[in-house]
Amino acid sequence: MGHTTWRPSAAPPVLRARAKMLAEIRAYFARAGVMEVETPLCSRASGTDPALEPLRTRYTGPGAPTGEVLYLQTSPEFSMKRLIAAGSGPIYQICKAFRDGERGALHNPEFSLLEWYRPGFDHHRLMDEVADLVRVVMGRRLPLRKLTYAEAFSPLGIDPHTATAADLKERARVLGMAEAEHLELDAADPWLDLLFTGYIECALGRGDLCLVYDYPASKASLARVRSGVPAVAERFELYIDGVELANGFHELADAGEQQERFRRELAQRALNGRSLPAIDQNLLAALEAGLPDCSGVAIGLDRLLMVLLGKPRIDQVLAFPLERA
Amino acid sequence: MASYSTNEFKGGLKVLVDGDPCSIIENEFVKPGKGQAFNRVKLRNLKTGRVVERTFKSGESLEAADVVETELQYLYNDGSHWHFMDQKTFEQYSADENALGESAKWLKDQDLCTVTLWNGTPLLVDPPNFVVLTISETDPGVKGDTSGGGGKPATLETGAVVRVPLFVQEGEAIKVDTRTGAYVSRAKED
Repeated sequence: MGHTTWRPSAAPPVLRARAKMLAEIRAYFARAGVMEVETPLCSRASGTDPALEPLRTRYTGPGAPTGEVLYLQTSPEFSMKRLIAAGSGPIYQICKAFRDGERGALHNPEFSLLEWYRPGFDHHRLMDEVADLVRVVMGRRLPLRKLTYAEAFSPLGIDPHTATAADLKERARVLGMAEAEHLELDAADPWLDLLFTGYIECALGRGDLCLVYDYPASKASLARVRSGVPAVAERFELYIDGVELANGFHELADAGEQQERFRRELAQRALNGRSLPAIDQNLLAALEAGLPDCSGVAIGLDRLLMVLLGKPRIDQVLAFPLERA
Repeated sequence: MASYSTNEFKGGLKVLVDGDPCSIIENEFVKPGKGQAFNRVKLRNLKTGRVVERTFKSGESLEAADVVETELQYLYNDGSHWHFMDQKTFEQYSADENALGESAKWLKDQDLCTVTLWNGTPLLVDPPNFVVLTISETDPGVKGDTSGGGGKPATLETGAVVRVPLFVQEGEAIKVDTRTGAYVSRAKED
């Protein structure tokens, strides 16, 4: 094994396709007047998303004689919002993000992200731009299909905004998931994730660009919540060929609400036995100073390349996935 | 009892699911960007042979199944059970009909079989890939008779029925591939 792992797992044409994709993205944003930026990959604070585990490293030297923990970013979101709050105008970044514990056909713990922010855009306007960019990169005018999270669930006869964990467990059992009996999922959200990944996702984006939007408020993450019945998170995801490619938000700008979400997420992390990273006080200060109304989105570039080339495994588009790194 | 977390799942791992020993065939990591991670696993139930798909929460653990494959010598059948012996330890094992299945029809005493043991009890018995058995009954082949597609059925000493070429006669020993049930050749006299 050792003597073959020096070779890249992506074939030469794939490496060329990646270079071309990156050039097209940069040209697209140059035309659109969106500025490319760079922000730190290593920070003293990290996101608190209960479903994400950051990788950690350590800096020792001037300013930190006994060493300090630095988190490798799970996404560049917080730094980029600080730039927006500081008046940067529309910006994009192509960078690496890192997530511990994630490895599979669609996951590598280190992966490439394209993230961009549009002051003055709501999530619908940004969804249209996402579709436009993806069409340019794919060189194909795939039709656009938008459906709400609730509409995505309707084939299963589930209302994701009102269903309880018990309802969803029963639904999973009826759908033939024998293990529903034994799975210990403590809330409706993980049951929705189970049903979505098991029964819905694979049918999305077959022959079109499928954008799912307006998530249950409990899945808001960093999106603003629009009050109403039901209240919905102004969040969206892009699917092509059954693969989740992008996640976007009409960004939460309220510092108090953000602080409250940090607190709630850290409590959830403590319950799940996850690490408890420091809250990003710089982000809170930036929101306090004033984040312009904006929407932002991150696209997984490795997955976009997979879809572009019809490759089912992320290893086929990475020069050196985890095992060869 | 040892257990394996989802991070240790891989093809061939033997685990207990609903109390039954299973072998992992495929393990797929599934995770929404902002949500719960799962492992979607294909398993073969080693008792029934059936393939099932199960989803586990990533980080969950399954108890390890004490399943080992070992080579045992077939001794005899007492009418309801088949008896085997470990040639090194001389320990004896008895297997029931479920463990034998189709394998029963190939077994002749002294044969070395691959036996899958679960907690020390035979779960599966695989006969040797090739066995030599004597034909106890077959029609005398008539040259030029093509009605059987160039062959004829022959009943072997163990009761198994295989198709043999017309020139093979009763009382002869033949070599059979137990994986396909196909005649290979006449056994060389030695």
